[in-house]
Amino acid sequence: MSVATVFEIVLAAVVLGLGIWTTAVRETYSATVGFIAYGLLVALIWVRLDAVDVALTEAAIGGGLGGVLLLGAAARLRNAELVATEAPGKVTRVSAAALSILIAAALAGAVLMLPDSVSTLAPTVVAHTWATGLTNPITNVLMAFRAMDTMLEKVVLLLAIVGVWSLAPDSAWGGHPGPRHQTDPHGVLAFLARLLPPVGIVVGIYILWTGANHPGGAFQGGAILASMWLLAIMAGLTDTPPVSSRRLRFILIAGPGLFLIVGLGGLWFGAAFLAYPPALAKPLILGIEIAMILTIATTLGLLLAGAPERSAER
Amino acid sequence: MSLVRDITTIAAVSAGAFFFLAGTVGLLRFPDTLTRLHALTKADNLGLGLVVFGLLPQAGSLRDGLKLVSIWLLGLLAGATVSQLIARSARQGETTK
Repeated sequence: MSVATVFEIVLAAVVLGLGIWTTAVRETYSATVGFIAYGLLVALIWVRLDAVDVALTEAAIGGGLGGVLLLGAAARLRNAELVATEAPGKVTRVSAAALSILIAAALAGAVLMLPDSVSTLAPTVVAHTWATGLTNPITNVLMAFRAMDTMLEKVVLLLAIVGVWSLAPDSAWGGHPGPRHQTDPHGVLAFLARLLPPVGIVVGIYILWTGANHPGGAFQGGAILASMWLLAIMAGLTDTPPVSSRRLRFILIAGPGLFLIVGLGGLWFGAAFLAYPPALAKPLILGIEIAMILTIATTLGLLLAGAPERSAER
Repeated sequence: MSLVRDITTIAAVSAGAFFFLAGTVGLLRFPDTLTRLHALTKADNLGLGLVVFGLLPQAGSLRDGLKLVSIWLLGLLAGATVSQLIARSARQGETTK
């Protein structure tokens, strides 16, 4: 048995164990930390499967931003847990466990019953890379062959931010999301928040740019940009923009908006909705991705910042 | 030449793995937050540094080598900052007790 196989078996065992621990542990905080570690290890599994694009997204969203979101939720729930003394009854717990086991068994069965030779579209995708001028097949699928799905995904992000904002109390509507962070302006966090963003912004743009031919793309790059922005917000160097800001709202709709315009353009001038003219495919895709990275970075940052809490006037 | 490079890699990565192991044992066994942080930062700084140093001879190009070194530098920066922040909040927690 090779070293690689041993590593894979250990990795799978640790992920399974961590999954069980995360569901079994009673404290919300511990479960969240377990889930973050789980996300990072799952990213390693994606790397082993040569799915580096998915690994990057999993590490950025599942381990990074999703983890911060869950930590924030756990911190809010900590007060609620003390209030909720009423434990669920035995019947509720047993039926919940039975339902979960049933679903897990059905999923496991479905995976085991998958046919050995799956009909795959991968060779077709690779054969048609000429159509866009990009050589990363994942980006081709996301931005050209299944561009409709990606566009709708961006609309979902927009709906998510509308959902978060709708939690705002009336008095704070139009104001700044989240608390105003105050830290020592000469402290360590403020130092990091000054030092890291220039590097992070370069890395984020690099990930977007390299996504045309190598693993990477707007979502992963956007997640990095969002984390740089959040770092500056948390260090108190900058404030979250008021949600009534027109510029902010324009950035939020820039990605899906441009996608929609290009799609309609394809319907008007070309063969179908979202059909790019072959000569313009690469510049169009790049343009959409640049608009999308701004939208994604802003949306992810605002999702973590939360609902508006402070009114715009101070 | 490639033998020398491979030996360097094996030696440095093994030494790095040892520091990670020692750091983990320290994290699990040391009595309080500050000593545990001390153990952890050794794993971050020296362990990661040695692993990166060991991988440098295997880097295909200067570009890849520079990427590896920048990973180490970013790791150093993150480790140093976060350990400062944790130590500070641990100390504040102690004084308010």
